Amino acid sequence: MKKTINWKNLRDSSGVWIALLLFLAVAAISNENFRSPQNLINITRQVSYSGIIALGMTFVIATGGIDLAVGSLFALSGIVSLLAMNATGGTECVQLAVGLGVALGVGVVGGAFNGALIGAARIQPFIVTLGTMSIFRSLSLYFANAGLIGVDNSLYMQLGMADFGGIPLSTLLLFLLTVTLAIILKRTRFGRYVCAVGSSERVAYYSAIRVGLVKFWTYVLAGLLAGFSAFLLGGRLNSISSSGAGLSYELDAIAAVIIGGSAMTGGRATVTGTLAGILLLGIVSNVLDMWGISVNLQGAVKGLVIIIAVLIQYKRK
Amino acid sequence: MLKVEKLSKYFDAEKALDNVSLTLESGRILGLVGENGAGKSTFTKCLASVIKPTAGTVELASGVSVGWIPQEFNLAADLTVSENIFLGREKSRFGFLSKAAMREEAKRRFQKLHVEIDPDGLISELSPAEKQMVEFARALDPRHRLWLMDEPTTILNHEEIRRLFAIMSEFKANGGSIIYISHKLAEVLEICDDVAVLRDGVLVGIFPAAELDPSKLARLMVGRELTRMFPGKLSKESGEEVLAIEHLKSGKSVNDVTFTLHRGEILGVAGLAGAGRTEMAEAIMALRRVDGGNIMLNGKNVKFRHPSEAVATGISYLPEDRQNSGILPEFSIEENVTLTSLARYCRGLIRLSAIRREVKRYIGEFRIKPDRPEAKLCELSGGNQQKVAMAKGLDTRPEIFIFDEPTRGVDIAARCDIYEFIRNLADTGVACILISSDMEEILGMCNRVMVMREGKVAGFCSGEKLTQEELMYLSLGVQA
Repeated sequence: MKKTINWKNLRDSSGVWIALLLFLAVAAISNENFRSPQNLINITRQVSYSGIIALGMTFVIATGGIDLAVGSLFALSGIVSLLAMNATGGTECVQLAVGLGVALGVGVVGGAFNGALIGAARIQPFIVTLGTMSIFRSLSLYFANAGLIGVDNSLYMQLGMADFGGIPLSTLLLFLLTVTLAIILKRTRFGRYVCAVGSSERVAYYSAIRVGLVKFWTYVLAGLLAGFSAFLLGGRLNSISSSGAGLSYELDAIAAVIIGGSAMTGGRATVTGTLAGILLLGIVSNVLDMWGISVNLQGAVKGLVIIIAVLIQYKRK
Repeated sequence: MLKVEKLSKYFDAEKALDNVSLTLESGRILGLVGENGAGKSTFTKCLASVIKPTAGTVELASGVSVGWIPQEFNLAADLTVSENIFLGREKSRFGFLSKAAMREEAKRRFQKLHVEIDPDGLISELSPAEKQMVEFARALDPRHRLWLMDEPTTILNHEEIRRLFAIMSEFKANGGSIIYISHKLAEVLEICDDVAVLRDGVLVGIFPAAELDPSKLARLMVGRELTRMFPGKLSKESGEEVLAIEHLKSGKSVNDVTFTLHRGEILGVAGLAGAGRTEMAEAIMALRRVDGGNIMLNGKNVKFRHPSEAVATGISYLPEDRQNSGILPEFSIEENVTLTSLARYCRGLIRLSAIRREVKRYIGEFRIKPDRPEAKLCELSGGNQQKVAMAKGLDTRPEIFIFDEPTRGVDIAARCDIYEFIRNLADTGVACILISSDMEEILGMCNRVMVMREGKVAGFCSGEKLTQEELMYLSLGVQA
């Protein structure tokens, strides 16, 4: 009896943490460059941008939905935000506030557009976000003439480089957001409703839950986090590429959520698992680099990791 | 032609069919009647080999193949009419489908049925009556010597029924046999040679149709002894009026329903499957569109746009379909119980300790097993799941509680607990509505019963008129 209970616990997020530790150990033993603290910190910074997006994706997938548009929305928020900063006079501080406001605003509006079509008009999430993925990307290419938008703001640059005791700001924010969103998922009414809707829309409706509204807010959250993440990357790079920014972030985010142990069909979700998933993906590609494996092959390995993670999920059922 | 011997079918502990034996000669039409849940559909499904009987044998004369016309359509909506008629029995030549041959054959069968349906049309574009005709056309396969017809006339008009009967008579004259299930007793007596009556899965008897009339047949369907134990009936007079429904309409299933409900009362709602009872409850809860009529709550006219508004004003509903609308199997007991009432436990965050305290109280009160609040619902038996669903409805602190088939798929021990619970709830002044197909349950629990038929109120029974026979007459629309 005890043993089955242990098994069950593994099904949620602890399984991926064990996999993460195992992988970390293998990588650390096999390569001395890998185990340098700076490298490990770099990994967390590299994954933080898509990681923040993956946290939002966890909520969307928990309702049984999917958001393919987050990567494009990330680019659009970044482009519009930098354009707005460039167009704003005043001190650097004002510019920065405008930049943050616009990035979050574009993210929320884009997410609300998805959410309204899915929650109110009841169109399939896959279809809606497939469409808006194309729309958002096309708009960012248009606004940036298919090129880069740069910004010259030393405060923003400092923010992008900022660290606290060696930990980069974006890493710190990734962890902070993980904790906050984990609490929201597990300990608030919204989080409970999200899982109920994903578990069975019909039961949620019969339980007097406003199903459409719950779905709507998950897409707004995903958009908000995409915008925030774009703002962070803008500070780091002092520019956003309209064609390259956020490319395939939606796929990384979905992969992280699934590897983390959330159910693709909704209902069962874990935010901390998603964090582990995104870290695992980051470590895999880093260690492949260290081992000198061709960049072109890394996608194959990443794909295998995703498939194995899902296979393990099915086995446990 | 057909010999059934000691056929039994159990669903878990429930006996759907108990030792049914009968024989059917060729050229005979046998009617099969009984209440909801008497085992009619289970019986035909066993004959059609759709489900496997628990015990007993079904013997068909050699070469006899069975054409089954099920109660619910078995049609693929995105295929054409002729593709459906020949689904699984396609005509082919050299490995290719011969569409023309199938189209011709479909046309011939429709001519026989006197209907004009395009064999190339899509099923999804047909009306229900036309779909029924496609089902008939499918059964018209010349190889079929035995037809199983489950409520075939429900959606047909008078003219269509006449034509169907003509085809059945012709089939019979050619030596075919039919088992004909229907709630329309007059039609059964008209077309059938003999009538078999099922009651609670047991074959009461087979009677020549000539010796029966509708009211006699209705009595045979219900004539059971009332043996089950119920908590004593309410002694108190019910209180003031809480809910008044006036001329409620919803789609085609609820048509002009009017009734009142009083504090501390248990109003029974009886009727056959498809009478619109569940739909009526769902319309009150705003789970279903309301097309007309008023809902008066404590004398005030209310209009709910969403179920949450109905819940907020103090109405709870226990859905009929527990698995698909009542509970979340992957959620724990405490998460299920507080799903509707969660707002009460929130101050920013969910107060887990408050939930734990409250849910432990419910677990004790309802004797829910296992008694761990964190146990997942899928680990619970049907009866215990139902208790959780009731606790969930109760946790919104309702003034009115609508129970829809509360004991369906529930073991006997849990059943008694549920009766006691409903009874106690009414004693505390909650107005209860008990929708049930189990007549014994309705008689045991209620002082006043509303009977529905075809979306309308067929009548009310109380006092001395509250008998099995009276309820069955009203349900069937038969004069005593």
